[in-house]
Parts: sequence; structure tokens; C-alpha cells
Amino acid sequence: MTEAECPRLLSGCRTKYDTVRGNWVLLAPERAIKLDEIGAAILAETDGERSLGGILDALVAKYNAPREQIAGDVVKFLTSLRDRRMLEVT
Amino acid sequence: MDAPAPEGSAGPSPSITYGPPIAMLAEVTHRCPLSCPYCSNPLELTKRDGELPTEIWVDVFRQAAELGVLQMHLSGGEPASRRDLEELISACREYDLYSNLITSGIGLTEKRLAALKERGLDHVQLSLQGVDAEMADLIGGYKGGYSRKMDVAGWTTALDLPLTLNAVVHEKNIDRLPDMIDLAVTMGARRLEVATVQFHGWADRNRAALMPTREQAKLCGQRVAEARERLKGALVIDYVPADHHADYPKPCMGGWGSTGLNVVPDGRVMPCHAAHTIPHLVFENVKDTPLADIWWKSSAFNAYRGFDWMPEPCRSCDRKARDFGGCRCQAMAMAGDAAATDPVCIKSPLHAQMQASAQADAESDGELTYRIMPK
Repeated sequence: MTEAECPRLLSGCRTKYDTVRGNWVLLAPERAIKLDEIGAAILAETDGERSLGGILDALVAKYNAPREQIAGDVVKFLTSLRDRRMLEVT
Repeated sequence: MDAPAPEGSAGPSPSITYGPPIAMLAEVTHRCPLSCPYCSNPLELTKRDGELPTEIWVDVFRQAAELGVLQMHLSGGEPASRRDLEELISACREYDLYSNLITSGIGLTEKRLAALKERGLDHVQLSLQGVDAEMADLIGGYKGGYSRKMDVAGWTTALDLPLTLNAVVHEKNIDRLPDMIDLAVTMGARRLEVATVQFHGWADRNRAALMPTREQAKLCGQRVAEARERLKGALVIDYVPADHHADYPKPCMGGWGSTGLNVVPDGRVMPCHAAHTIPHLVFENVKDTPLADIWWKSSAFNAYRGFDWMPEPCRSCDRKARDFGGCRCQAMAMAGDAAATDPVCIKSPLHAQMQASAQADAESDGELTYRIMPK
């Protein structure tokens, strides 16, 4: 995944705040994945229009953390969703 | 999940750590144009006039969402046999439930599927009885079913709805697994569920015809592992192995009354598909009791929750948190006691007998007994 590429959740995959359990979840075919704070923050920036670079810029500004560290977490997380057919990269 | 009970609801006592359900299976009807001999519905099927009306289903969906259900699986029978399916999907969206339509495809048209999407349908799970018309229509007992199914798959992907294929595998089709996988890729499915037939209900009557051999089951497992690696990022494969040929039981339902509930067409609520085969359990009905009370307080849901019900060798077994003691319905069927060790487990005194019987069924053949609705 390069910084110019654009990750996008596939159809039928969406996030929602689970008011009963008090956390964000990613809902997808036959799966409900509990999101931690980092996962929820990444998907909040993954709007289908922003490139990976743009997502990293937003998260760096928001969390005031080193870009390389954030990039590692983000790419790992998004790749795991791509492998599970919940996300595509164009 | 260990989430606490929501405030204000009838919560469990503090020593119990199960949480609210994640998923609900709404078996909205037992009517189905197909008559698969491994149908998970009970032998005593509910007729149309016994089904819950639209407004009760809608209210149950609201209660489910409030209880903590995230995913609503609409199944049956064939859910498309209900004329109010559109309204049921709208209700899921209204209560922000993820809706999954579990269908044979029969009863859907391109227009109807588009309307369901418009109303908020999230996902389509299409059953696959075989990889060609001959096998599929033989198993489904419905001529022309395969051809219609291929149309439904095409409409689903054309509408950009995610498609899962669900293939129940058994002695007669398990060797065609590579073709099923190819078909799933060709059809543009994102997911393939390969589920070895579970021998409850109608399938129990077809053991001789459907039980795979140990060798078939082993090859199937190897093929799934190979395909998962080869198709990583293209097709997700979920696999339910043949537990009759295994040494340890499956983690049935992720533990009794821990993650999901099943509402049957007449409104009774069960912890799993086959729970009605356990004769001493009493199932409460959504027509009489709030869903939350049934989940947290009913005797049926509490019967095999957690570990306290377990006999030895399960109670002190280091695998108990992994498989939750396996399948209670299988224990009932084979040991005559739903609290007994699942006979699939190598630690069960019935293990050798169960395996010998499975092997005998695998080596013999029999006529298919099809599922039939009462007149």
C-alpha cells in the first residue's frame, strides 16, 4: 500500500457506535469487529476519498505522534481488513 | 464478550460474565421451495398460519437492537417466501441492525433484490447445493433452482451487494470442493462458507446418505487450507469441519447462550438451531416475554451457560474455555443426556462408538429423505 493509494471500505462494511457496549464496531458480512480507539480513529479518516498519505497527515496532526509509527499501525490495520475482503485500495 | 448488562435492563448476577448477544437468527418462516435433506429446521415444521406477523417481528428487531444485537440474520425456510420481507429489512435499517439475507435465491427477482437494497439490505448469503444443475437440483429437490441461483448471484454483485456463498458439504458433493471454490471466485463472491453437514433434524435421517468418510473430510480440510493461502485477499473461506471424524468438539455457538439467539417462526426463542431436540428445555415466546428477559433470565438460556453445568472430565479440562464443552444437542442425541461430554471428544466414553458409527454411515449409502412440509 503506497501513500498515493486510496483505501475504501467495501460495500456492506460500515462502522457504528455500539451504545450497549460503549465502543465502535466494524460491521461486515458475518463479522462484527470491536474497534479500539486507534482502529476507530483510522476508519474515521478512511472516507474513500482521502489517500493513505492524507489519512496519515490527519492522524499525525490529531495525535501528535511520529509519522513512521502511525504509518506502521495504519498500514498493518488496513492490510488486515483488505485481506479479509472488507476494504479495497485503488 | 464480557460486556456488562446495559443499565436499566434485567442484568445477570455479578458472578456471571456473559454479555449481550451479538447476533440474532430470525427464522421468519419454515416455508421453502427447496427440500434439502440436511435442512436444519426441526422435523415438526411450523405452518404459515403459525408464523409471527410483521408487527411482532418488527418489535422483536427493536428489542434485539436494544439488547445489543448487532447483526440480524434473516433466514428460514426461505425468507423470500414472506411477502413482508421488504418491511422486515426496513425495520433492520430503522434500528441500525446489520441485515443479512440467508436465501436459496428462489423467490427473488432482480427488481425485488434492488428494492431490498434500497431498504437497507447489507449482505446476501446464497446457499449452494452443488456446482452443477444436476447435483444442486437433486439435493435441493427443486428443478431449475441452480439456474435461478446463478441469476441471483449475478444480480447481487451487479447491485454491489456483498455476496457470500454457503455450501453444505457431505459425502455426495465434498469431493467437488475445488469446483465450488472456483465457482465462488467466478461469481464474484467475497466469502465462501464450507460447512460440513451437521447431523441434527432432517440430516439425522440421512446419515447413511450424507456422512463423509474420514478420508474425504481430511482432504476437504487440506483443500480449504491451500485455497485460503492461494486466495488471500480475494476470497475469504470459513470452514466448519466434519466433527464426527475429529478428536475434539467444535466450540458450538461460541458457548451456549453467549453470543447469539434464534427466534423460530412461531416466536419461541432458542439458544441454537437444534435446541428443541433437548426435551426438558422450555422455550419462552416473544409473544409473552420481553426478549431481554428471555436472554438474561430464562431457564433454557441459563441451562448450559458458563462452566458450572459441566460434569467431569469437562469441568477440569484445560480446553473448556476453547470449545465450551462442544455441542449439547449432539450429547443429547448420542448419550441421551444433554449435559454429557460431547461424544465427539476423545475423553468421552462414547467416542469410539461414535466414530465407528460415523465410519459405518460413511461407508454405506442410502436413499435421500427430503424435508417435507405438513399439509
